[in-house]
Amino acid sequence: MIDIDWSWMADHLDELFGRTVQHIWLTLIAVFIGFLISFLLAIVAVRRRSTYGPILGVSDILYTIPSLALFAALVSITGITLLTVEIPLVMYTLVIFVRNIATGFDTVPVEVLEAANGMGYTRNQRLWRVEIPLAVPLIVAGLRLATVSTIGLVTVSSILGDTFGGLGFFILEGYHRGFPTELYFGAIPSILLAVVFDFLLTRMQRVVTPWAQPASGVASI
Amino acid sequence: MNIISETIAWFADPAHWSGPNGIPTRMGEHIAICVVSMVIALAIALPVGIYIGHTRKHTAIAVNSANLWRALPSLAVIAIVLPITARIDPQLGFKVYPTIIAMVVLAVPPILVNTYSGLAGVDRDILEAGRGQGMGERHILSGVELPLAVGVITVGVRSASIQVVATATLGAVFGFGGLGRYLVNGMSQNDQGQIFGGVVLVAGLVIVVELLFALLQRRLTPRGLRLAQQPAG
Repeated sequence: MIDIDWSWMADHLDELFGRTVQHIWLTLIAVFIGFLISFLLAIVAVRRRSTYGPILGVSDILYTIPSLALFAALVSITGITLLTVEIPLVMYTLVIFVRNIATGFDTVPVEVLEAANGMGYTRNQRLWRVEIPLAVPLIVAGLRLATVSTIGLVTVSSILGDTFGGLGFFILEGYHRGFPTELYFGAIPSILLAVVFDFLLTRMQRVVTPWAQPASGVASI
Repeated sequence: MNIISETIAWFADPAHWSGPNGIPTRMGEHIAICVVSMVIALAIALPVGIYIGHTRKHTAIAVNSANLWRALPSLAVIAIVLPITARIDPQLGFKVYPTIIAMVVLAVPPILVNTYSGLAGVDRDILEAGRGQGMGERHILSGVELPLAVGVITVGVRSASIQVVATATLGAVFGFGGLGRYLVNGMSQNDQGQIFGGVVLVAGLVIVVELLFALLQRRLTPRGLRLAQQPAG
């Protein structure tokens, strides 16, 4: 039904490789920075209860701003730079991470914390030896959700022009040229990328937390 | 001119309030596509979620495939659907259907997973108590499970709706109108006022949807639960 130009695809495999690498890089940068920021925010939120609501509230609000709007709005401030791509991507990972990490800390039973106190742990020792290890299942679940959603959002950064966009570049160029082959050349690999990372991180989730139930994950936002 | 005054000027211009590219038209298009997508998503996700939540059969397949669906990038879904639907119907298949399909794909997983976990989370003892009182399966579902699960289900529907309102802007990258049109046009015309006008409109719509769901959630919570949730004393 749809004419696919296979030879065009064969001619552009090196570009496909380059865009896939770019896609993964843009994703990893965002997930890494987002994780660091969220980790600090979650520790603050859990230690100082009064900041818990506001930190979660603000990150929820940020999440409701459309990615397209953020990319469009940032161009006028930061131009077409890596910063314009990464600021929205990092922002979206924050919601997922902060919520999961904070809930992870929160689910540590009070008795366990008191036992740690009773053993003479300092606040920092308790954090690193008790709270963080026990929060690992939810942290890893957050890592998976954040990575997969970022892979999807990287495609949207293609509206900034040819420089970025990862595999989304082919989607937009294919659309503007009315060339379905190129649309698919971007769309199918970007879906595969998301599915492959989802699979790998689910695996990792099971390896890191063999005692946990297979992930179900309730939408919480 | 700075961004704020440009945005105010954009809103103040009467030309932006009428015609096919006017705010009322674009807002109407945006709301329409979100409502249609949500109705379709609910029609798919609620029955499936209720079935697997009530019977607790096929849960692994349903939850895993919902999680896989969640991984699909919306832009890629639109791109894959577009050449196919455009072939079937050059007008709507080009402009409207791809966005609707992508929004349905986006909305189904949170509704389905929350419906399932809402029902599956109901205490088995309560169900046994219902059966012991002679309630049939149908009555258990409508009289016990659904009222107790309605809170969790509403959270899923709310989360799906907000994502759909925000993500439907992507339709404008392709042929669809809606509020995303201001973002895409604003970028290509380098018109800050229009971009930020679009951002304000989408954010406003999201807030309205949030408020509606907050109200709905209060109305739908059974009175018994509402009383139980209130702090004692």
